[in-house]
Amino acid sequence: MSGGMLTLRAWRDPILVAISLVALWQVLHEIAGDSAVTAPAPTLAHLWEMIGQARFLPHLRETSLAFLQALAIACGGGVLIGVVLGGHKLTGEVAEPILVALYSVPKITLYPVILLLFGLGMPAKVAFGALHGIIPVVLFTMNAVRNVNRTYLRAGRAMRLTPAQTGWYVLVPATLPEIFSGLRIGFSLTLLGTMLGELFASQRGLGFLLMTAIDLHDVKTILSIAVLISIFAIAANAALLAIDKHLHRGAAPEVSGKP
Amino acid sequence: MIAGAPRLAAVGDEAAYKIHARLEGVTRVYPPRAGHAEVHALGPISFDLRAGEFFSVVGPSGCGKSTLLDVLAGLAVPSAGTVEFEGKPVHGEVPDGVGVVFQEDASFPWLTVEDNVAFGLRRAGVDAAESKRRVDFAVAFMGLRDFSRAYPSQLSGGMRQRVCIARTLVMQPRLILLDEPFGALDQQTRLLMGDELLRLWRETSATVLLITHALDEANLLSDRIGVMSARPGRFLDIVETGWPRDRDSRLAERADFGAVTSRLWSYLRGESLRALGQGTAAR
Amino acid sequence: MSKAGWIRTLLLVGAVGALELACRTGAIAPTMVTAPSKMVTTLIKTLQSDEIGMHLRHTLSAVAIAMSIAIVGGFVIGFVLNWVPFLRRAFSPFLAAYYAIPHFAFYPLLIVIFGLGPVPLIVLATLFAMVAMILATMAGLDRVPRVLLKTARIHRLSLIEEIWRVRLPAAAPHILSGLKLAVAYSFIGVIAGEFILSTSGIGHEIAFAYDNFDNPRMYALILFVLGIVTLFNMAVFAWERRMLRRRGA
Ligand SMILES: Nc1ncnc2c1ncn2[C@@H]1O[C@H](COP(=O)(O)OP(=O)(O)OP(=O)(O)O)[C@@H](O)[C@H]1O
Ligand SMILES: [Mg+2]
Repeated sequence: MSGGMLTLRAWRDPILVAISLVALWQVLHEIAGDSAVTAPAPTLAHLWEMIGQARFLPHLRETSLAFLQALAIACGGGVLIGVVLGGHKLTGEVAEPILVALYSVPKITLYPVILLLFGLGMPAKVAFGALHGIIPVVLFTMNAVRNVNRTYLRAGRAMRLTPAQTGWYVLVPATLPEIFSGLRIGFSLTLLGTMLGELFASQRGLGFLLMTAIDLHDVKTILSIAVLISIFAIAANAALLAIDKHLHRGAAPEVSGKP
Repeated sequence: MIAGAPRLAAVGDEAAYKIHARLEGVTRVYPPRAGHAEVHALGPISFDLRAGEFFSVVGPSGCGKSTLLDVLAGLAVPSAGTVEFEGKPVHGEVPDGVGVVFQEDASFPWLTVEDNVAFGLRRAGVDAAESKRRVDFAVAFMGLRDFSRAYPSQLSGGMRQRVCIARTLVMQPRLILLDEPFGALDQQTRLLMGDELLRLWRETSATVLLITHALDEANLLSDRIGVMSARPGRFLDIVETGWPRDRDSRLAERADFGAVTSRLWSYLRGESLRALGQGTAAR
Repeated sequence: MSKAGWIRTLLLVGAVGALELACRTGAIAPTMVTAPSKMVTTLIKTLQSDEIGMHLRHTLSAVAIAMSIAIVGGFVIGFVLNWVPFLRRAFSPFLAAYYAIPHFAFYPLLIVIFGLGPVPLIVLATLFAMVAMILATMAGLDRVPRVLLKTARIHRLSLIEEIWRVRLPAAAPHILSGLKLAVAYSFIGVIAGEFILSTSGIGHEIAFAYDNFDNPRMYALILFVLGIVTLFNMAVFAWERRMLRRRGA
C-alpha cells in the first residue's frame, strides 16, 4: 500500500460526510422552502460575509473567551478532582453516584442559580460551560487512576523507582489514554454548556445572535451560526479523536470472546 | 444409534468399518484482512472418521485444529475439498446429529445452568418431561447438581466448560466434537472427566473427535490419534493405539503406554519448534 | 447501606442543613438562594395549583414521545446499521462526530421550521437521545462473542431464533445502557428546550419565574425537576441493575 493511498483513504470519510451533509441540507431546503431552511450556497456566502463584518467579531470573541476559560476550568479542575477521587477509594465511592446523577439531570435548570450567584455576563457562562464539561473529565480520570494495574506499581518498586519517577514513567502513561478520552468528551460538553448559557438571558456572544435572529425570523443567520459552531465542533473533535486513537494504540483490542 | 447411511469402507481396507465422516483434500485459507496477508490455516487434509471410534487430534498451537473442527461441523466452508457426514455432503450447514464443545466458553450468561443445558432440547421441541430427565441426568453427570440454578458468572471456568459439555450431551449427538474441553481443568479432574467421557462414549456408541494439547490424554482416550504438522496443519501420521474399548485412566500403568506417548512426542517436538519459529520469524 | 452510602447521605443532609442555616442567619441573601425549607413549602403550595399540573403534563408527554421514538427508532436503526456493512460504513463518521455538535444551537432553527409548541421540543430531544441508543445497539451487537453465534448454528436455529435467543440477550447489557442514556437525554432535551424558548412546560416555568424575580417559586421548581428526573433515572438504573445482576455484570 502506498502512502498516497493511505492519505486518500484517511480523507475519504470526512469528505464523504461533508458532501452528504451539504446534500442533505439542500434536500431539506427543497422540501421546506426558503422561509424555513435557506439553501447551502447563499447561507455559506452569508456566513463568510458575516465573519468579515466588524460587529460580528466581539460576539465571536465573547463566545470563544467564555468557552476557553470554561474548558480550562473543566480540564484542569476535572483532572485534579478525578485524581483525588481515584486515588482515595472511599472519597471516590462517596462522590461517584452524585456525579453520575448530576451528569444525567438537565443542568439547564441550575442556570438561574448560577446567574443569581455570578450575575449576568461572562462569569456565569464560564461557570455553566465548566459545569457541563467537568463531570466527564472527573469520571474518566477517576476510573483511569482507579484502574491502574497494581502490578505496574509493584514493578516500579521492584525497579527501585523514586515516587516522581513512578509518577512520570508509570502513572502518567498508564492513565493518559483514558483521561484524554474524558477530556475529549469534556470538550464537547463544555461547548454545549457555553452555547446553552448564551441562548438564555445573554447580551453578547453567538448564542445571543442566534436568539436575536429568531425574533427577526432571520433563518440565514441562524443557520450560518449553527453551521459555524458545528464545523468548529466537528473539526476539533476529529483532531482530538485522532490523538485519542493514537494514545490508545497500545491498548488491548476489543475482546470478542469471554475470558 | 447411528441413523443416516454410514457407508461401508472400500473393499481392501484392513478392517471392515463404517465411515461416519470423511474429509477429502480439505483446505481452509482465511482471506486477507486489514494489514494481514491471507492465512493458509489448514490442509490439504484427507481422512475418514470411523463410526463409533474415539479419535484425537494433537498438534502445535495455531496449527489449525479448531479450523479443522469448524470445517467438519459445517461452521466453516472449506476453501477446497469436500466434507461428508453420514454419506451426505456438508457445506456450511451444520448437519443434524453433530454436537460441538468449543474451546472458548460458550455458556449463555443470561441463562441458568439448567436452562443452558436445556437450550438445545427446547429449540428441538423435545417434550418437557423427557427434557427434564435428560437435563437432570447431564447436570448430575457433570457434577453440577448443586449449581443447577446458578448463572455462569457464579461458576469457575472449568465448571462453565462442563455446562457446555452437558448442553452438548443432552442432544445425544451421533458425532461429538470436543475442542480442548478440559483445558480449564486441573490434572486430577481432567483424568476423572476423561474416564467419564470414555464411559459415556462406550454407552452411547457415538463417534468422538477430541482436540487436545495433552499427549497423555490423547493416548489414554483414543483409538486413533491424528498428529498435525505446524500451520498449515496436515496429518503427519495417524497413530493406532489398539487399546481395548473397555479402558480407563489405569491404562497409563501399562508398559506399552509410554511408547505411544513417546512416539507422539517425537513427531511433535520438531513441529512445535517449527511453529514457534514461525512466530518469531513473523515478528 | 454501605459505609460510602452513609457518608454520602450524611454529607448531603449536612449540606442542606448548612444551607438552611446560612439562609436563616442571613449569611446568604434571599435574592441569591432561598432556604431549603422554604423551597419545600413553596413547592407544596405550587403543586396544589392546577396550572402546574398542565405544565408537568406538557413536559412529561413531550419526554415520553421523544423517549419512545428515540428508543425504538434507535434500536431499529442500530440493528440495521449493524446488519448492513455498507450503511454502517456510510454512517459511522456521522455517528462518531454526532455528540460533538452542540445540538441546542439548532433549536432556533427547529422553532422557525415547526413553530413554537411541542413539536420542536420533541424533535430536539429525539435527535439528542436517539443516537445514544443507536451507538449502544451497534456496540452491543458488535460484541456478541463469535462462539455464541457458532453455538446457535450448532443448534440449527433459524435466523429469527438466533437473533431473539442469542444475539439480543447477548447484546442486552449494552442496549440497556443505551436505553438509560436515551431516557436521561430525552429529559435534558425537552427541559432545556422549554427553558430557552417555549410557551409552557416545567422548564419554561423555571425560566419565567427567574425573569419575574420570583425566587422561591423558581427554586421550588428547580428542586422539583431535579427530584423527578433523578428519581426517574434511578428507577431506570435500578431496573437495569436488576436485569443484569444475575449475570454477575
Ligand atoms: N477467523 C480467522 N481469521 C483469520 N485467521 C484465522 C482465523 N481463525 C484462525 N485463524 C488463523 O488460522 C490458524 C489456525 O487457527 P486455529 O484456531 O485453527 O488453531 P488451533 O490449532 O486451534 O490453535 P490452538 O491450539 O492455539 O487453539 C492460526 O494461525 C490463526 O491465526
Ligand atoms: Mg484451537
